Amino acid sequence: MNPKSAQDPQAGELPLQQLDRVVLRFAGDSGDGMQVTGNQFTRTSAIFGNDLATLPDFPAEIRAPAGTRPGVSGFQLQFSSSDIHTPGDAPDVLVAMNPAALMVNVKSLKKGGVVVVNSDAFREIDLKKAKCDTNPLEDGTLEGFRVIEVAINTRVNEALSDSPLSNKDKQRCKNFYTLGLMYWVYSRPLEPTLEWLEEKFKGKPDLISANQTALKAGYNAGDIRELFQGQYEVPKAELPPATYRNIMGNDALAIGLVAGAKLAELPGVFCSYPITPASGVLEALANYKHHGILTVQSEDEIAAICSAIGASFAGSLGMTGTSGPGMALKGEAMGLAISTELPLVIVDVQRAGPSTGMPTKVEQSDLLSSIYGRNGDAPMPVIAISRPSDAFELAIDACRIAVEFMTPVILLSDNFIANGAEPWALPNLDDLKPFPVKFTQEKGDDFLSFGRNENHARPWVKPGTPGMEFRIGGLEKAPTSNISYDPDNHQAMTDLRHAKVRKVADTIPTPEVEGADSGELLVVGWGSTVGILKQAIDTCREEGLSVSRLHLTHVWPLPHGLDEIFSKFDRILVPEMNVEQMTILLRGELPNHDYVPYNKVTGQPFLIAEVIERVKTVLAETKKA
Amino acid sequence: MTDIAAKKTLTKKDFASDQEVRWCPGCGDYAILNAVQKFMADSGADPAKTVFVSGIGCSSRFPYYMNTYGFHTIHGRAPAVATGVKVANPELDVWIVTGDGDSLSIGGNHLAHILRRNLDVNILMFNNEIYGLTKGQYSPTSPVGTKKKSTPMGSIDRPFEPAQFALGAQATFVARTIDQDVKHMSEVLHKAKAHRGTSFIEILQNCVIFNKDFYSSNVDRAVRPDRTINLVEGEPMVYGKERDKGLRFDGFEVKRCSADEADVWNPGTKSGAPAFLIAGMREDPEMPIPIGVMRSVAAPNYEIGVNAQVDDAVAKKGKGDLKDLVYAGEMWTVE
Repeated sequence: MNPKSAQDPQAGELPLQQLDRVVLRFAGDSGDGMQVTGNQFTRTSAIFGNDLATLPDFPAEIRAPAGTRPGVSGFQLQFSSSDIHTPGDAPDVLVAMNPAALMVNVKSLKKGGVVVVNSDAFREIDLKKAKCDTNPLEDGTLEGFRVIEVAINTRVNEALSDSPLSNKDKQRCKNFYTLGLMYWVYSRPLEPTLEWLEEKFKGKPDLISANQTALKAGYNAGDIRELFQGQYEVPKAELPPATYRNIMGNDALAIGLVAGAKLAELPGVFCSYPITPASGVLEALANYKHHGILTVQSEDEIAAICSAIGASFAGSLGMTGTSGPGMALKGEAMGLAISTELPLVIVDVQRAGPSTGMPTKVEQSDLLSSIYGRNGDAPMPVIAISRPSDAFELAIDACRIAVEFMTPVILLSDNFIANGAEPWALPNLDDLKPFPVKFTQEKGDDFLSFGRNENHARPWVKPGTPGMEFRIGGLEKAPTSNISYDPDNHQAMTDLRHAKVRKVADTIPTPEVEGADSGELLVVGWGSTVGILKQAIDTCREEGLSVSRLHLTHVWPLPHGLDEIFSKFDRILVPEMNVEQMTILLRGELPNHDYVPYNKVTGQPFLIAEVIERVKTVLAETKKA
Repeated sequence: MTDIAAKKTLTKKDFASDQEVRWCPGCGDYAILNAVQKFMADSGADPAKTVFVSGIGCSSRFPYYMNTYGFHTIHGRAPAVATGVKVANPELDVWIVTGDGDSLSIGGNHLAHILRRNLDVNILMFNNEIYGLTKGQYSPTSPVGTKKKSTPMGSIDRPFEPAQFALGAQATFVARTIDQDVKHMSEVLHKAKAHRGTSFIEILQNCVIFNKDFYSSNVDRAVRPDRTINLVEGEPMVYGKERDKGLRFDGFEVKRCSADEADVWNPGTKSGAPAFLIAGMREDPEMPIPIGVMRSVAAPNYEIGVNAQVDDAVAKKGKGDLKDLVYAGEMWTVE
């Protein structure tokens, strides 16, 4: 928090300080409603006009035992009056509803930051559940932080003394009291949340009234000067002119798939099996049936992709979505789609692995398995979304490539994008270029089921078309689509499948370098690291370091022109949340450059500060050498 | 009119593709292929609207030999692919060809779920009680003690009774027929096609190489009348060369009786229990093998329901405009 100016007469005697940006983290039991609290703060800040980015951090268990450390659910957001790209490294303010939430989160808090704790939740029994031998409020744990103790349980009970709700139900309003408190501190309007509560608890006037009362009570409590030394304001951000809405990655991706099917002028069939963190895509699409999207919740991951393939065979645009373990199961069917050359979009919302791994944590470790991880030589284009606001256009591009090249396409997202939110500058829909599919209706003289057009794509014939009956399958086929074990044919078909996927590169843009187009270091990122890398590298350049940045969205095939771009830098730093996967890819494809891998697999995103640190270290090493 | 006239002119040959059939000489699959091609012509099928979907195995080569649309998919997954085909275009007449290993071992899950969802498709399950394409290992329908290359001391696990599996998955149409009995197969196929829902047809099929004549003691012409019973709706359950033997229900058992004591067969009882008991007779060597339609009841079709929801959504919300989807929620404009 960098106070910019002081004193506003509107705030009475308290100073109203302007801040450029604030990182706030709410933490409590998974039953404490922290995600709701965080989402409400986000929504209100978006309506207010701040730029923002969010990071929900919840346990895989829906309700781990109350009060324990595994049960802690957190929601971090950064809101700002200027352009931001990440939910922030370290919170300025931590709101901790119990000792477990405090202990899990305090280590990431900024030095000198503010801790707001619910002092009613630090009884001996609470400390025991959180495995605290001593009370962290008293034992020096919080030294160096500004600690604000609020007896939230007591305050909520007082505020709701007239409410007919049971004590237990009253206590469930704690999160709105806390939210009210934070609204006061950061001068947020109450109206959006008051209205939201009306809608949320429609027909339950007692619940509406209690939560609204708690919210207002929290807000009013902010006036108690002993608690807070001041009130802050984060003015509206100066975003580029556009109409914005706040959007989460999974939602933007779902809308992009709807748009992709529409632009292809095809009905979309999305088949999926529930899996964290990809289920949100299925759930979103299930509400878009009137947009011509049909959804099937399949019996398993394999069935999901197989039904999507069946739908594409029948002339719809088949789509499926999953996360890492599901990708592993879908592998054989991906090969079938490659062999039969049917369009298909496969969404992989990556999570930490291997095996079940850490389902609610972020990782980018499905890159190489997406590109190479199938039996046989089975090439397929792979696109990586980097943020909620580009999910829309990249989902459309996945659909375009699928139908223009008659190929399955993998669309990589990750947990950070899926559940993170940020303002989305809404596109002008008239600018979207349609790519209508033309089914082949008649056999010309030289018709072949596996004949090729300029994209090396085969004709798409829809069952139901008279006189065009043909058979396809996963066995190697001749151009007629009949089974062939001919050695030369297999060589030719293998080469064709590769050439086709390589040809996709002709239709994708060369990424732009941010910063100087030559220098000591180029940072090459892909996927959800984009915001962190941008902010880190911008800072490095402001400090005068010779470092530029490039971000890849189309990771297979790689876009044209990279070799030339890379050749103008001494070294290429490749940060990613896996063990050297992009580095391996680049070393294989563009071997003439000096790559420096930079890997983090903690289940948490990179921090801006650590990226800056690494850039400096690499630059120093380069100089020495 | 012209449409019907055109269909009537099609013959069995019109449903045969130009591909050379490559099953082992003497394989039961030939008889089934012939019967199905003939049935297609007889039933007035439109090759353009017919899709054969198969998994992996000897039987799954079937679509290549049919001059219709065809999809030879991956092991066990034909029901899942067929679900996508049927959901995307309910107008298509979808047939699944599978084997005992493909449908009851690697694809057991998909078989169970397609039956539960009751899509209007037909499943032809060729049961030869052996893995043929992988050259002779025991299958999930092989009897206990089957000695093959992978079970030199005999198989240990109890086999599935396919009809009971299907009934357990709430199948709405379950039947059994025999590769050698073309007439019977044709009758069953006609009934299956008329059924609005997933029809599960087990076809006992001879594998002359790896499980030769495994079913001879039941289906050879000389013994068939005494060793099988053809279940016909509304008729007494009577069998035997002299038509003198019968079956009747006695509590939770099926008992043999004289023809005049036989119960009348009804595959449409509310409970699936009678069909389950009948299907289970194969465990008892004293009892005849049931063939014909064991179960036939009505239930909603998944592909109809899923498309009706789309229609309902359009009726309620109007045909979706992308603009309403993108420009939604709380928006703000920065000038």
